Amino acid sequence: MYHAIVFLPLAGFLLAGLFARSLGVKGCEYITTGFLMISAVLSWIAFLTFAYSGDGPQTIEVLRWVNSGNLNVNWAFRIDTLTVVMLVVVNTVSSLVHMYSIGYMHHDPHRPRFFAYLSLFTFAMLMLVTADNLLQMFFGWEGVGLASYLLIGFWFKKPSANAAAIKAFVVNRIGDFGFALGIFGVFVMFGTIELSTIFANVDGVSKTEGPVLEFLGYSLGADSALTVICLLLFMGAMGKSAQFLLHTWLPDAMEGPTPVSALIHAATMVTAGVFLVARMSPLFEYSHTALAVVTLVGATTAFFAATVGLVQNDIKRVIAYSTCSQLGYMFAALGVGAYGAAIFHLFTHAFFKALLFLGSGSVIHAVSDEQDMRKMGGLRKHIPKTYWMMIIGTVALTGLGIPGTVIGTAGFFSKDAIIESVYVGHNAFAGYAFAMLVVAALFTSFYSWRLIFMTFHGKPRASADVMSHVHESPNVMLIPLYLLAIGALISGVVFYGSFTGHETGGHHEGWYNGFWKEALFAGADNHILEEFHSVPLMVKLSPAIMMIIGFLGAWLMYIRSPYIPKELARQHPALYSFLLNKWYFDEIYDFLFVNPAKWLGRFLWKKGDGWLIDGFGPDGVSARVLDVTSKVVRLQSGFLYHYAFAMLIGVAALITWSMFGGAG
Amino acid sequence: MSDWPILTAITFLPLAGALIIMLIPTDAAVSARNIKNVTLFTTVFTFFLSLYIWFNFDNSISGFQFVEKHSWVEDFMEYHMGVDGISMLFVILTTFLMPFCILASWESIQKNIKEYMIAFLVLEAFMIGVFCALDLILFYVFFEAGLIPMFLIIGVWGGKRRVYASFKFFLYTLLGSVLMLLAIMAIYWQTGTTEIPLLIDPSQATTPAAQAKLTIPASMQPWLWLAFFASFAVKMPMWPVHTWLPDAHVEAPTAGSVILAGILLKMGGYGFLRFSLPMFPLASADFTQFVFALSVIAIVYTSLVALMQEDIKKLIAYSSVAHMGYVTMGIFALNAHGIQGGIFQMLSHGLVSGALFLCVGVVYDRMHTREIDAYGGLVNRMPKYATVFLIFTLANVGLPGTSGFVGEFLTLIGVFQVNTWVALLATTGVVLSAAYALWLYRRVVFGQLEKESLKSILDLNTREKIILYPLVALIILFGVYPVPVFDVTNASVDALLTNYQSALDAAKSVTQASVSN
Repeated sequence: MYHAIVFLPLAGFLLAGLFARSLGVKGCEYITTGFLMISAVLSWIAFLTFAYSGDGPQTIEVLRWVNSGNLNVNWAFRIDTLTVVMLVVVNTVSSLVHMYSIGYMHHDPHRPRFFAYLSLFTFAMLMLVTADNLLQMFFGWEGVGLASYLLIGFWFKKPSANAAAIKAFVVNRIGDFGFALGIFGVFVMFGTIELSTIFANVDGVSKTEGPVLEFLGYSLGADSALTVICLLLFMGAMGKSAQFLLHTWLPDAMEGPTPVSALIHAATMVTAGVFLVARMSPLFEYSHTALAVVTLVGATTAFFAATVGLVQNDIKRVIAYSTCSQLGYMFAALGVGAYGAAIFHLFTHAFFKALLFLGSGSVIHAVSDEQDMRKMGGLRKHIPKTYWMMIIGTVALTGLGIPGTVIGTAGFFSKDAIIESVYVGHNAFAGYAFAMLVVAALFTSFYSWRLIFMTFHGKPRASADVMSHVHESPNVMLIPLYLLAIGALISGVVFYGSFTGHETGGHHEGWYNGFWKEALFAGADNHILEEFHSVPLMVKLSPAIMMIIGFLGAWLMYIRSPYIPKELARQHPALYSFLLNKWYFDEIYDFLFVNPAKWLGRFLWKKGDGWLIDGFGPDGVSARVLDVTSKVVRLQSGFLYHYAFAMLIGVAALITWSMFGGAG
Repeated sequence: MSDWPILTAITFLPLAGALIIMLIPTDAAVSARNIKNVTLFTTVFTFFLSLYIWFNFDNSISGFQFVEKHSWVEDFMEYHMGVDGISMLFVILTTFLMPFCILASWESIQKNIKEYMIAFLVLEAFMIGVFCALDLILFYVFFEAGLIPMFLIIGVWGGKRRVYASFKFFLYTLLGSVLMLLAIMAIYWQTGTTEIPLLIDPSQATTPAAQAKLTIPASMQPWLWLAFFASFAVKMPMWPVHTWLPDAHVEAPTAGSVILAGILLKMGGYGFLRFSLPMFPLASADFTQFVFALSVIAIVYTSLVALMQEDIKKLIAYSSVAHMGYVTMGIFALNAHGIQGGIFQMLSHGLVSGALFLCVGVVYDRMHTREIDAYGGLVNRMPKYATVFLIFTLANVGLPGTSGFVGEFLTLIGVFQVNTWVALLATTGVVLSAAYALWLYRRVVFGQLEKESLKSILDLNTREKIILYPLVALIILFGVYPVPVFDVTNASVDALLTNYQSALDAAKSVTQASVSN
């Protein structure tokens, strides 16, 4: 079954990629979508049978890969609860996005290529989440990066799309630089990069006396070595999950078609970093420093991205910054050791964020490919189904629910679980993170409702021509929205107990054993998912209060008194442009890295190679030689023959010498 | 072991083909086609013959196989051929790439076709000889003789600045080869033999006295090591003796570039593995940091330089220097991962860079320019070309799932165990390679097709598909299932490392003994 789940998308990719002409456009669409649907159904079966059974992790070997010295790596699947949860997320969203794309990409001449790429992405993502070793994870990791590159740049005629594609790949590679070094470090410390062996040995290794790793001239003991390795791996996670400092590629990635944004840049690929940290929880649990850094970065991202999201005018960019911010929530939870809560938010977020993206795609589709919210407004009447789906996505994202009860949307359960566990967290940045996340919750509510109000309410700001063409999307696009909406509404209440270990009654021995079993690991001093159930009422209420304030603020500024935003922007021009220009990260990076690299490249080429090496080397020498031999050259046909001639004479001389001199 | 001289057959079969071509008169109109057909047939036949070696190769043996030994010059030089796990795959790589080179020259070479084909066949013979030779002198003869046809290929069929390029090549190589020749003489004086199997593994000698005589004394090792290094570093090429390569590539015809990048560069790495490490283990250990430094500089420096290139071929040439940096770094990590990674990286680079140069050739044949700015938007008219070029670009970037990744990863993990600073700096190359390769791809392939001259450009024809598709398949195959390569190299690399370690241990015990005395 697992073979089918992973390889059906690959088969779809190969068929659509290689035989597009004979299959036809429709054939490609139906084959890739059909395969993905089978995969999705199988994934749910796998999830329900595995996660709620007593089975421990299994390994399924597929093929040998790299065997060199003591490094033996196979293509293999590791099946545990974390894997099957990710299978469900990836295949569900992917199959719905495939289906949606049939409608959304209807006018595009390159549909077989599009569907092939989507399936390729899904395959790479599945390889990532099923990896039984770090190398295969890296394969999936870079594979999804490739698919992301191809899909962001899908409209290859747009220079901005091409630039965004390269930026995404290169920034991700910076993260991968850390990831790769982390893998090397793991190999040196553990002598293997196979996950089960690493997890089995981590306790022993952590108790090793004396240095276990030489790193950049330092001899590191077990503790610091684990910290270094975890931080390097986390660097990879930061790149893939667009965390603060390595986030700049994600907003630009919105150049890709909207279904791509929903699948890759919201629901699945960008959560790979969260998955990585959760997967490596047995390692991270041994480094409090690394976990503190994870919390710091996560909380900072959650706040930073939310502030930028407040003022963006491109509908997709708002959601992109929202994604960035929500990923920050997940990392904050990971950092305090609440892995279950983080994965839970990953799971629910996939539904409502994919819903929001696909919904905004439906909006964009309706208004003739316009993405600027300043040119929308008043669409509620025209596209009511899309409107209500967007409302559902928004209430799920902002976490609408009644505190103290089990009535609430998906985000109500998962986001509140994160805020509460951060509150009870013990690491150095838990307090900071709590403050950041609560403020970010306010911003989240504000920008989400701002999006709704600007897009659907008020008077239409689009041209009459555009407005006359506004139409509701076809069913092939709406049905995925309905299904995701169901997930956005009920996935919280249904799975809350399982994911956060609530149902086992708070026994420390038991709380990971029921659902997660050995998939997630908590150290002996990690009681977080037990403690977070007993937080003060004020903490429980804080997200709800923030949500209401954010909603009221948005309502005030975009429905009741629409002049306020302009007035605010005018009164605080510096702050406004600081936020609008995304804290000037792109400009700073261009100044610090991109331009110096180009300058250095040119300098080394012209001065290093040209002036120094060639000038004093071959060119200088040849100039002298030419002075001397110019006459000779004139007599002969060309110096090439000289060399041939000289070679023969040389070899002959050698033989002669050896026969008569050397050998004797 | 086979009784018939398979290695000799493979080595000299191309020469036989060259002889046949010489007999074809050049005047008739059909002769050009005949010449090309004979050449193609010869190279294809040689390739299939060389597969016989792979199929009959015993992976469990670390020593030389298919050995042939005949006296050539009495008491001094022997015709001694054989392959082991390190050299065998390079022979296959050579014979494999050759037919593609001939096909790539099918239409682009118009003048002196006969001489051109002869030059290539002679070149093939010498290159195979380099990897099979088990006698130092024989090796030297092949090693140097191979340069003559290469010179001619660049100098006669090259671009506008071909004379400058070949002169540069000449100066660099001259330096290296003179020093290596002196070193070979010194070795002969010292040990009384030029037999490679004895020199690289003195423990094969029967008596302790003979063993001692075969071991190069510690005092001589650094000098000999440096002399060999000069030659191999130029070939590789390592920074700072790399500047001949971009010029040579730019001026060489497509097939010449393929051979240059695919095979000739690999002779440097092969030389380190065959000679430097086993014959001068002490010096190799001492010079490790030196090689690391040059390798890291090569990776970072040339990657940055590649970023700013305006000529497609030059960019790929600089990227070759960077990739060879991984090879030298891996080899001198002196562990199984590094060395196997280095070998794998060389084989993979042979395929990938060869393929990239062939891709450049495809558009050069149509547009007669290598300027990046002259292109843009090719995907609109050439979707098949865009696809294969993308796969080769990604392999060049070292994407997992392509052969480019396996070698890069292994060399890095090998060197990380020895020196984390080197690993860290070298890993930055991973970021830079993505930047320059994808930027090149974007400027050439993506975008609107705006230039008037490109409006009628045609996609791959059948001949080009025959050249490029097999390379795509192999690059992906070896990325997903590289096991056959490791199976071949394992035993020989293990033996190499064991010998190296015991040589170091022996030297250590000698020093300790002398200290205690």
